[in-house]
Amino acid sequence: MTTPILQLRDLRIAYGAIEAVKGISLELAAGELVSLIGANGAGKTTTLNAIAGTLGVAGGELLYAGQRIEKLPAHKRLRQGLALVPEGRGIFTRLTVEENLRMGAYCRRDTEAVEADMERIFTMLPRVKERLQQVAGTLSGGEQQMVAIGRALLSRPRLLLLDEPSMGLAPLVVEKIFEVIRTVAAEGVTILLVEQNANLALEFSQRAYVMESGRITLSGSGADLLADPKVRAAYLGEA
Amino acid sequence: METLLQQTVNGLVVGSVYALIALGYTMVYGILGLINFAHGDVLMVGALVALEAIRLIQLHAPELGLVPTLLAGLAVAVVVCMILGYTIERTAYRRLRNAPRLAPLITAIGVSFLLQTLAMIVWGRNYHTFPQLVSTTPVEPIAGVFITPVQIVILVVSAVLMIGLVLLVNKTRLGRAMRATAENHRVASLMGVDTNKIIAATFVIGSALAAVAGVMYSSNYGIAHYAMGFMPGLKAFTAAVLGGIGNLAGAMLGGIVLGLVESIGAGYIEDMSFGFLNSSYQDIFAFLILGIVLIFRPTGLLGERVADRA
Repeated sequence: MTTPILQLRDLRIAYGAIEAVKGISLELAAGELVSLIGANGAGKTTTLNAIAGTLGVAGGELLYAGQRIEKLPAHKRLRQGLALVPEGRGIFTRLTVEENLRMGAYCRRDTEAVEADMERIFTMLPRVKERLQQVAGTLSGGEQQMVAIGRALLSRPRLLLLDEPSMGLAPLVVEKIFEVIRTVAAEGVTILLVEQNANLALEFSQRAYVMESGRITLSGSGADLLADPKVRAAYLGEA
Repeated sequence: METLLQQTVNGLVVGSVYALIALGYTMVYGILGLINFAHGDVLMVGALVALEAIRLIQLHAPELGLVPTLLAGLAVAVVVCMILGYTIERTAYRRLRNAPRLAPLITAIGVSFLLQTLAMIVWGRNYHTFPQLVSTTPVEPIAGVFITPVQIVILVVSAVLMIGLVLLVNKTRLGRAMRATAENHRVASLMGVDTNKIIAATFVIGSALAAVAGVMYSSNYGIAHYAMGFMPGLKAFTAAVLGGIGNLAGAMLGGIVLGLVESIGAGYIEDMSFGFLNSSYQDIFAFLILGIVLIFRPTGLLGERVADRA
């Protein structure tokens, strides 16, 4: 069996004395599309931030492609192909759309390939191309989310972490964004998706983990979890 | 009328020096939210190091011409100040990166005292005559306005440096990373930006500008002194606030406006106060402006930012 691209072993994350993630273990094989669902405050975003390196871990192991990376700073993790589209999109509002995208390719020296990737992203996200010279802070939420995803893709990630890409967006826009994510996954990028919209996430992904107050309480295939009565009651709004 | 024109020219000269210093304040503020009160003292170190270098050159290589001597002194000052700026950030500010904002601010004042005291130990408490290697004899007056070669050099050098900095910040990869880091350190690091390096680069660039400003300042007034950084530092800080701190164009505009107001004000203060005050009270104007801006437009002239939508 090949090495999983991402492994969390009994990972614990704390804010000061308060433990937000209380020892979770999960695994992603290369090419998988996996989601992490759960209620507000369950520790999903905290987990993604720790994987991306903007938050330190309090204990346990974090392995990327078989290597321990707990001590690696965030900017070096990106250089190894681990990209995060943060919660709230994290657009540089004062930079233009094009500058935002170029920030995604900050570490790349293969200029020609970057230009080709830009073109590829324009075909995938035509709205972004129309607004290239616009200051990114003036875009709508959906457009900003697309820029954020396009920007992350420009780093040519092997593992893409997506934090609530549907947050605050109209259903039609969400559909469009998930279409883009599906395309990216089809190209072989491993994806770990955090979503509050459990229904959407479970239908969409091959496997899923359910998080509750800092612990993983359930895991399985998207279809199995969708059918699970406990999940239906807790996250899909059914009695 | 001639007074007005003459003071306008003088104001542009002193204003462009303020602008260069103000850029250092505003860049650091933009990226760290820190008022680097030691910035004026970096200027002082630049002037005194240049003075020392020029003395040594004149002693050991007197055959070197005036301009090459000045350029060599300037180069030494720039390099020393770049190293100094890096060292200050690395040793004093970096470890306070996540501390409450008051801690680095007070540290900055401490660094300022430290630099002044060290300079006093090395160069003494006396005023030093700064060699005026570029002539300070006015060229042929134009429309009754006198301008000296050193003033012309200051205007040209400042303009070139400011254009260069604007291009660097807006057109290069480093500049883009600086702006990204200024807006959001965390997300910049998610783009693979080593934000510590970018912050260090900001200090190094600002310190280089301060070194140039210090050498020009001393060349213009013909003196250098361990405490000489205080007043231009405070004025440049005022200029940065006037323009809108964190905003590069604002720092440049603020510097020029402050220089103009101060010079023109100095030219007329005697008439305005019916002979009660003379031009040695010109510093009043800078602080009057600071007060007025802070009361009526705390964001400065250009400080308003694009609204963050959605």
